[in-house]
Amino acid sequence: MAATRTTTETNGQESPSPAALPKTTSSDPAVAPAVCKLEVKNLSFFYGAKQALKDINLSIPQNTVTALIGPSGCGKTTLLRCLNRMHDLYPGNQYFGEIRMNPEGINIVGRDVDPMEMRLRVGMVFQKPNPFPKSIFENVAFGLRLTGMQSATEIADRVEVSLRSAALWEEVKDRLKESAYALSGGQQQRLCIARALAPEPGVLLFDEPTSALDPASTARIEDLVYELKDRLTIVIVTHNMQQAARVSDQTCFFFHGELIEANATSEMFEHPRQELTSRYLTGQFG
Amino acid sequence: MKAIAELIARRKRQDRWFALLGLACTLIGLVTLVVLLAGLIRDGHHRLFDPTFYSSFPSARAVRAGILSPLVGSLLLAFVTILMAVPLGVAAGVYLEEYAPRNAWTTLIEINIANLAGVPSIIFGLLALGALIYGLHMERSLLVGGITLALLILPIVIVTTREALRAIPQGIREAAYALGATKWQVVWHHLIPYSLGGIATGTIIAMSRALGESAPLMTIGALTFITFLPPAPLQKQPPFVNFQWLNSEFTAMPIQMFNWISRPQAQFSELAATAGVVLILMTLSLNAVAIVLRYRLRKRIKW
Amino acid sequence: MTSVPAAESTQSVPGTPMPGAGQSLPLFGSGRPRWGERAIEWLLFLAAFVSVVVTIGIVAILLWESSTFFRGVPLLEFFTGRVWAPTFEPPRFGILPLLCGTLVTTGVALLVALPIGSIVAVYMSEYAPFAVREFLKPTLELLSAIPTVVYGYFALVFVGPMLQRVFADMPGANMLSAGVVMGLMIIPYVSSLSEDAMRSVPMLLREGAYALGANRMITAFKVVYPAALSGIGSAYILGISRAIGETMIVAIAAGGQPNFTLDPRQPGLTITAYIVQVSMGDLPRGSVGYQSIFAAGLLLFVCTLGFNIVGYFLRKRFRESY
Repeated sequence: MAATRTTTETNGQESPSPAALPKTTSSDPAVAPAVCKLEVKNLSFFYGAKQALKDINLSIPQNTVTALIGPSGCGKTTLLRCLNRMHDLYPGNQYFGEIRMNPEGINIVGRDVDPMEMRLRVGMVFQKPNPFPKSIFENVAFGLRLTGMQSATEIADRVEVSLRSAALWEEVKDRLKESAYALSGGQQQRLCIARALAPEPGVLLFDEPTSALDPASTARIEDLVYELKDRLTIVIVTHNMQQAARVSDQTCFFFHGELIEANATSEMFEHPRQELTSRYLTGQFG
Repeated sequence: MKAIAELIARRKRQDRWFALLGLACTLIGLVTLVVLLAGLIRDGHHRLFDPTFYSSFPSARAVRAGILSPLVGSLLLAFVTILMAVPLGVAAGVYLEEYAPRNAWTTLIEINIANLAGVPSIIFGLLALGALIYGLHMERSLLVGGITLALLILPIVIVTTREALRAIPQGIREAAYALGATKWQVVWHHLIPYSLGGIATGTIIAMSRALGESAPLMTIGALTFITFLPPAPLQKQPPFVNFQWLNSEFTAMPIQMFNWISRPQAQFSELAATAGVVLILMTLSLNAVAIVLRYRLRKRIKW
Repeated sequence: MTSVPAAESTQSVPGTPMPGAGQSLPLFGSGRPRWGERAIEWLLFLAAFVSVVVTIGIVAILLWESSTFFRGVPLLEFFTGRVWAPTFEPPRFGILPLLCGTLVTTGVALLVALPIGSIVAVYMSEYAPFAVREFLKPTLELLSAIPTVVYGYFALVFVGPMLQRVFADMPGANMLSAGVVMGLMIIPYVSSLSEDAMRSVPMLLREGAYALGANRMITAFKVVYPAALSGIGSAYILGISRAIGETMIVAIAAGGQPNFTLDPRQPGLTITAYIVQVSMGDLPRGSVGYQSIFAAGLLLFVCTLGFNIVGYFLRKRFRESY
């Protein structure tokens, strides 16, 4: 497959091509669902001159949770941030290869695809909660207004739905006008989840979402992730292997920018195919 | 989907327009500078390269007027100001940054310095007028002028010293203490030498500010028509140095420029422009030196 | 605060051993008497205390010298009188015209400096490529390096006539041209501090906005600007303080007569320019007219003190959140 090169200086627009037929995943029979939401094909990524991802091939099925694991610096966060073109924010980064989003058929890292448009379809929750200096309501409404929604009633409805989906509604319904900073760390992170959910993206990315939280909040968010997959496709980066085992359907192990192994989670943990994987899973490094 | 594409197109246009607006606003600074300098030079170039301009005293006859006394006055004033403000300011900055305990008194001193940095310059003139000229019955001399300006730039020197000291990593202090040095030894042998560059940069900028100040000096009565120089500090008889010049009346560049602006005749307006060019060259070159110093410091010392 | 806390024990010098520890004296600074360090510390403290002395001196002098004034002029007339005419018979000392002058010129200056300064700050912090920032930022800083007399000349000789073409009946000396030039001078104060404040906002916050599909402008104005608000507020206050205290530009270009008006096209006199005017004049010391400059100075000092204190606490609050 010819590699298509996209640098982060370009900002193009592309009208969506006609919806592609759903594809089955041929490479991984262990992954069951028929529709594949994201297909990463021969993806390589460079931070300037330094190569951070080497020829990644990966299928992410719809309505599943895929966990990216690996030691520090292995490229899992780099891959995650390719999925919503976050690297475009910083100069000098280059994508090679493609990431297909189905059924829209868009190449996420395509030269002529607009990052802003992609980010309306692919949401992200960050490592540290980062609510805006606004009220709880306005935080969630922010993304909605970005999609052009203007009706006050519609916005209020969607805010409530999102907060319910993030299991936060009951705790904040009486103080929606209060500052988001009045919430605890765990609540703020759930607020960020609600904020990311409001514009109804098809894919939601989690970048080590519980690493800054206490165990109770961690458990709540893991439950959330599990519930949300019915409506979205989820990719989660975690350095906590047990979290990956608890929460994900598919697990992908990265090392030094390469995808070493990707498999159904139970298979991966019980019968890892690569030696490197088993060494990582047994804690011999990383 | 179309709606989304339109929305995004609109947002990108927004970004482009704002980038243009931002650039334009930033260029306002450059444009103002250029227009100002060009205008001054256009009006004042006639005698700019005439050496008699620099060697003559101000005179009621525009043809013969020059900036000798104001120029010398400004330079002497700058000298006195620096001599007083820098040791005092650096000492205060060192105390506040290295010695002072964190309590209400220190916070009060900090608030006080922050306030002094923002007090209008003319108030310092009033202070000198009331305390030194009327209170201590001092002359309207270079010394009083120097004290006034020194007090004016003191807060700047203090803040600059503190920031320069703050930039030194704690590790350096700890290493020195671990070798058994006393606090003062650490300060004198390590901290002050390392922060000298930053202090120098800030002091130069403060100097350029002091050079351009006229309001406080006029308030203490620095006369605007001085046609003599202060007595020379060096003399042939022992002890070979005298300080009479400190007690002498004086004028300064900005004061002279103001004086010429106030006169209705066109020739004086021209003279004012010429003085303005000289004054700008003095302050801008000082600032340029400071900027270059800051740049080279940043490259050399990488903590 | 980077100082190493002084030991609470009898030894005030860190690094030297406790008495009776049985160790030899350190090679460094051996034999140096303890009182030397104390003396130095006291000297340095005195240097820092000078700043307090200065402030006390300012307040004392202003109060003392204006007491003469207030003995002759009732407070009510001072604060509410609309005529300021020290040379009339009988002299009138209502500060309102001078306040108007200060207010109008400051207002015009802020109308120029605050929007332009904020836009420049946002542009520098969120948009500008490295080259633009490195080269254009110093030119803006140079604006604040030009002596105010030169700005006064600029206002009188260039900006005034230029504005006269727009406002036909405006006199050559007017508050508008002085205010505009003052505003230009203040732009770097506002933009530099605001930009610093915005740069301190962590990238994580911006990424949150961008990840939702926001463009740069929305992120800058709806996320970064509010996050940096207290820092930006202190920048604005610095600009206000600077404008109130400016003397020479208004002395040269705004006219010399007190004027009870809010119309910037007219000439006016500010508190600061008035003080300079009297200092250069013939009024004898001790006369009510002469002492009035101290009363005016007192008012000026109190105003800027208020602003400076608010600015200090805003800056402090901002530094604590980032």
